[in-house]
Parts: sequence; structure tokens; C-alpha cells
Amino acid sequence: MNGLDNFSQEELARYARHFAIPEFGIAGQGKLKAARVLVIGAGGLGSPLLLYLAAAGVGHLGIVEFDRVDASNLQRQVLYRVSDIGKNKSEIAKTQLLALNPHISVETYNVALTRENAIELISKYDIVADGTDNFQTRYLVNDACVLCEKINVYASIFRFEGQVSVFNYPHKDGSRGPNYRDIFPEPPPPDLVPNCAEGGVLGVLPGIIGSLQASEVIKVITGIGEPLAGRLFLFDAAAFSSRILKFGKRPDTKIETLIDYDQFCGVHTSKPTDIKTIDPLELQQLLDTTESFSIIDVREPYEFGIGNLGGQLIPLGQIIENAEKIPNNQKVVLICRSGRRSAKAIRQLQEQYNMKNLFNLEGGLLAWRDAVDGGMEV
Amino acid sequence: MMKQGKGRAALSSQPETKKFRLLAFGIARDIVGGNEVDIELTDAYSVGALKTALQENYPDFKRLKSLAIAVNETYRTDEHILNTNDEIVIIPPVSGG
Repeated sequence: MNGLDNFSQEELARYARHFAIPEFGIAGQGKLKAARVLVIGAGGLGSPLLLYLAAAGVGHLGIVEFDRVDASNLQRQVLYRVSDIGKNKSEIAKTQLLALNPHISVETYNVALTRENAIELISKYDIVADGTDNFQTRYLVNDACVLCEKINVYASIFRFEGQVSVFNYPHKDGSRGPNYRDIFPEPPPPDLVPNCAEGGVLGVLPGIIGSLQASEVIKVITGIGEPLAGRLFLFDAAAFSSRILKFGKRPDTKIETLIDYDQFCGVHTSKPTDIKTIDPLELQQLLDTTESFSIIDVREPYEFGIGNLGGQLIPLGQIIENAEKIPNNQKVVLICRSGRRSAKAIRQLQEQYNMKNLFNLEGGLLAWRDAVDGGMEV
Repeated sequence: MMKQGKGRAALSSQPETKKFRLLAFGIARDIVGGNEVDIELTDAYSVGALKTALQENYPDFKRLKSLAIAVNETYRTDEHILNTNDEIVIIPPVSGG
């Protein structure tokens, strides 16, 4: 048996360029067709990753993504169109991928990956590709892959920089290669490393890095070449420089069970006691009263232009030099997109000027939109 | 000969300051204010000493527990001894996707 009968005539035509590669051939394509790959996150990285895995003929794709398409996604998330704004990403992705390749199956999971569902979801697949956008989920994916003994093809992006690696790769002796925690044992504090929304990302960057990720997934499935196991690839688009850094296992890395990743990453833990907060509904009540108070928006001017609650715009980077513009004789509510930058601003103002009249809009304008004004653009 | 040798011994007991050039990635660029930074170390020239010096010069590094340092393209732990011509790279984690 040469494996040819595994493919229909359309499939033989479709995959002709793969069959033509000597190392790939019918056998390699057969491995792709049989493979089950779970892609976590269908955003910037997930878009090219899913498109190329589907195009290449990976037989069974799973997509974990709960988000909806937002206008700000279209600068880099090439799976989506203007007409998709507001729609469910995983469903749009499935439609697009099946239109691209009807010979594969696509399963969607319109949920957030959590410690409750991670093991069950990941167990159903051979390989995981992590294209998520936050540290909690990255540690969760990593730990669940270690516990389920799955390969985790990892990529991550920030501004002009990308990282790629293959974690938990099986060696011939049955042992597993290093994982995410062998490079980064603990997450950074949440206010130190911005995400794409706050730190920004070059639109084409996930196209480059997500394509490299897809290439590693295909290599791992087919057994072709040398996977990026025990090596971290770093790319800097601005300098057009790349590096491959070798790393091994740390003796102190132990993953025995899934943990509370929000707590581990310092998010949503107990409210900071040094900062007074106001939630969206309280702010709305305040707006409805005659009490005089001020709003200071610490986002960037372009964000203010997308949508705002009025108030005075003083970006976080200029807050200290403009401190005299902030009243100290009445309540002042500081706002930003997620509540992180405004908390930072309050901390700086309290430290430098000992101001006691500052309140942070908890959860920022995202929370405001969810609780008060669903039509607001943020 | 003996005299010269003694003189050298006296000199080398003075801690020598060495300069190391670091390449920064990710948020480390914001913290040090550029893509490269020179760090001077006296007495101890290990990765651990380098991390301590970084934390003293840039307090934000104190909060970054997972600060990966690669020396000549290999990730190294605190005990590793640095040479002044090493290529030293600071890689903080990034989460974007």
C-alpha cells in the first residue's frame, strides 16, 4: 500500500506540491491528514496559523476562541473581514477554513480555556499551538500540555518582536524536552508587561511569526527536519535581526497539577488596598447626581478619539508633569481602557503629590462598555 | 622578578571593574531605555551579579522574576561567569498573540 488510496482525486491535485517534495511525499501528507491540532486563540497568530494548517491539509483542527471580531483586530487578524465585526471569531474562522479546504474537519470551542476544561480539550488532540494573548492562558496551556504529554508549539508577539519555540517535545528515550516554565518560571507582574492592546503590535508581525509557528506544527507532525525544541527563536522586525537561544530543563521546574492562573499571574486578586476604586455603575450614578467631580482619561489621544466619556485627556506618560491640572478639592475619577494604566497613574500621583481624592474606574472603559454602554467603541 | 611579581599581586587584589554590553528585548527595552545597555561589574562577573546590578540600576527589573539571560546564544543560570566580549541578551516574557 502506497497510501495513495487515502486521498481523493481532488486531494491529490490539491496537495501536488507537497507530494513533489521528496521528504514529504504521500506519507507526509497522510500524517497531516490524520493529525489533530488544537489552536488556542484565533487572533493575530491564530489567523495565519489556522489558514496555513488548513491549506496544508491538517485533517482535524480545533479552535478555542470565545471572542468576537473587533474593528481593531483587522489590522493583523487576516481571517476576518469588515463584515465580520461583532461576530463570533471561532464560527467565522471555521467557515473561512472550510471554504479554503473542504477536505478537513474543524471543531470550534466558543469558550475561554480554563483549568476546568483544559485537560479535557487538550487530551482530544495530538498537538497544541498556543496563540493566546495573556500570561494566565500561556501558563495554563503549558502546564496542561505537560500533564497531558502533548507537544506545545508556542509563539508570542510584542510590538516588532516575536518568539517561537516547541515545548515538551518527546525524545527517543521517552523523556520530554523543556517547556515554557524552563525559560520563564514565573510570570511578570501584570502592570509591567503590556499586552497587544496596550503595548501595540506591528500588524504584519503575527503574519510572520504565526507562519513560522505553522511551519513548526507541520514539521512536528511529519517528522521532517529539526523542530525548534530546546531552542527559543527571537525575531526583531525593526532591526531585521533574529537569534536562536538554546535552553534546557531547570531542575526546579515541577508541574504536577493545574493551579489558579489568575492568582499566579497577579490578576483579579484582592483589590489593591492603596488605591480607591469606583465601578462603572457607581460612576454612572455619580454622573447622574449634581456632585461636582472630574474625569481624567490617561489613554493616548488616538484611543480617546475612538470613544470617550468626556473628561480631560492626560496620557499616562505625561501625568506627573501635568499634575497641577488635576483638581485636588473634589473627587477625581481616572480612566483608561482596562483600568491598569489609570491605576498606575494614581499610584504615581499618590506617591509624588500625596493626592487622596483619586478614584480608579475598575476594569476601565471595557467594563464601562459591558456594564453601562454596550454601544461604546473602546 | 620577585619584586615585579609582588607588585602584580598587589594590583590584582584591587577589584577590577569590567564593562558588559547587553542587548535588550521586549519590555527590557522600555526599562533600560534602548536596545543596548552597558553594565559595569566589579569583583563578581556572574549572570547573578549582572542581574543584581540591573536591579540596582533599574528597579523595574526587581519585579521581573523571570528574567532570562542568554550568553552567546545559550540561556544561562546565575552561576555562569561572563566574559567582556560575550554577547549577552535579556529576554523578558511577552504574551501577545
